[in-house]
Amino acid sequence: MIKRPLEKLVFATTGLVLAIQLAPIVVVALVSVSASPVFDVTVGEFSARWWERLWVNRTFWSAITLSAQIAAISTFLAILLGTPAAIAIARAEFPGRDALAALILSPLMLPGIVLGIAMLQGFKACGLTIPIVAIVAGHVVMTLPFIVRSILAALALFDFTLIDAARTLGCSFPRAIRKVMIPALAPAYVSGGIFAFLASFDNYPISIFLADARTKTLPVQLLEFIEESPNPMIAAVSTLLLVLTIVALLALERFVGLRRAAAI
Amino acid sequence: MTAIAGNVGGGVKRAALRRRFDPLALLAIPAAAYFVVALVFPLGRLLLDGFSDGDGVGIGNFTRYLSDPYNLGVVWNTLRYGALVTIVAAIGGYAYAYTMARSGPKMQMLLLIAIVLPMTTSVIVKAFGWLVLLRSNGLVNQLLMASGIVREPLPLLFSQPGLIVGTASILLPYMVLPIFGVLRQIHPDLLGAAATLGGSPVYCFRKVILPLSLPGLIAGICFVFSMTVSAYVIPSLLTGAGFKTLSKVAADSYLVILNPVRGATVSLILLVIAFAAVFLAGRVVNRKPGQARA
Repeated sequence: MIKRPLEKLVFATTGLVLAIQLAPIVVVALVSVSASPVFDVTVGEFSARWWERLWVNRTFWSAITLSAQIAAISTFLAILLGTPAAIAIARAEFPGRDALAALILSPLMLPGIVLGIAMLQGFKACGLTIPIVAIVAGHVVMTLPFIVRSILAALALFDFTLIDAARTLGCSFPRAIRKVMIPALAPAYVSGGIFAFLASFDNYPISIFLADARTKTLPVQLLEFIEESPNPMIAAVSTLLLVLTIVALLALERFVGLRRAAAI
Repeated sequence: MTAIAGNVGGGVKRAALRRRFDPLALLAIPAAAYFVVALVFPLGRLLLDGFSDGDGVGIGNFTRYLSDPYNLGVVWNTLRYGALVTIVAAIGGYAYAYTMARSGPKMQMLLLIAIVLPMTTSVIVKAFGWLVLLRSNGLVNQLLMASGIVREPLPLLFSQPGLIVGTASILLPYMVLPIFGVLRQIHPDLLGAAATLGGSPVYCFRKVILPLSLPGLIAGICFVFSMTVSAYVIPSLLTGAGFKTLSKVAADSYLVILNPVRGATVSLILLVIAFAAVFLAGRVVNRKPGQARA
């Protein structure tokens, strides 16, 4: 096909966008192995010292551990709350069903800072003053929409007569749910679970309002380090997070397919 | 009868039992109760804080806040930031989505990965990457100087162009995905038909592709706009204290100057702006483009 000027422009823009999309994450990875003490990319000269520095940095490891624990717990709680809610929304007719669905999905659309501010005040008024509990409680609000959204999408494709078939063949209702429906929903749990986990793991705007000095999650700690003592160790942490993301995406591609998971 | 059964996807017997009250609905109670306590109640309190006026209820906080020219400047700055980022992201995102839709399966997958990987990466990591890129002796300046475009490093970090390009790049995936979603449904024959009938490429684009992809574009515009006005981490890292947006002012009201009423007022203004954008996106996305599929 003959390349027309307009098409060339579209192609050039695409190339530029591609470069700009990848540039910040590539640069972060390169800086983490840089021999320079400032944020520079060194050519032909590498150093592992920032990784060594990271390896022995207790503050970061405890922040990473804390964030992983919070993300795991709040994803698990979201699955517990979200599965029955998604079934009810998909299968039952009741007044306010659409409103409930909209309410559960709304945190995806609300400004994070506003959510954090509202929770700071609201949780205090409820007497919820233990930071770690408050953080998990806040993060469940962020993780639940991801779980419910992906289960709802999977339930729309699930053939419910399979459950009737299993019951005809002698399964009890809970057993039929466990043996027939849950396995069919497994890809939805994987993709919803991964996005929920990452949403909690990366969350800054809610955590910053609910955390105290002893419960600094990784994003809170990371931002504090960038603002107060910037050195390439931050690049090493960032690269570590990047690797985690790549692993998550590989899992997503393996179990669900990237094309399907990206259909937002 | 068939209509009801079809509506719920099977089980005629079940549909007959559904007439009064469906016990399945009870399954929604835990999540609903949780959201009332953890989301509705806090937002309700925020609303109450914002609308408390002396001993009563009123819009005094808002009129007082917006009557100060400095505060009006913050609102204007937020809207301007949102608009500029959205324009940049719309142009770049549309071109990218268009190329993606026209590519073969392998290339399409590569372009998808190049957009999904940054999208799933922590926003702090990306903003930090931009901070490194935009430094006075960062890569962007080195490239500009090596290519002879500028002689001295430009002050990109803490500058508006740097912030806008950085934010647009970080939020671009949310523009690309909805546009790609509609573009890939446009049948290639439609373009062929338009071209056969004598339309120039620009004419074909304006009269065929753009109208059909408009729902995706508008959805992307609304997502990116609402995410930009509510962004906190990105402007915090890429600009100095002088650059004030509503979300920074709202956060500072609680974290720095401890003025909950001011914070609630600003939060609610931000909420209205962000929500108006999302509401618009929802209206457009729900309007089914019936003729999009050939």
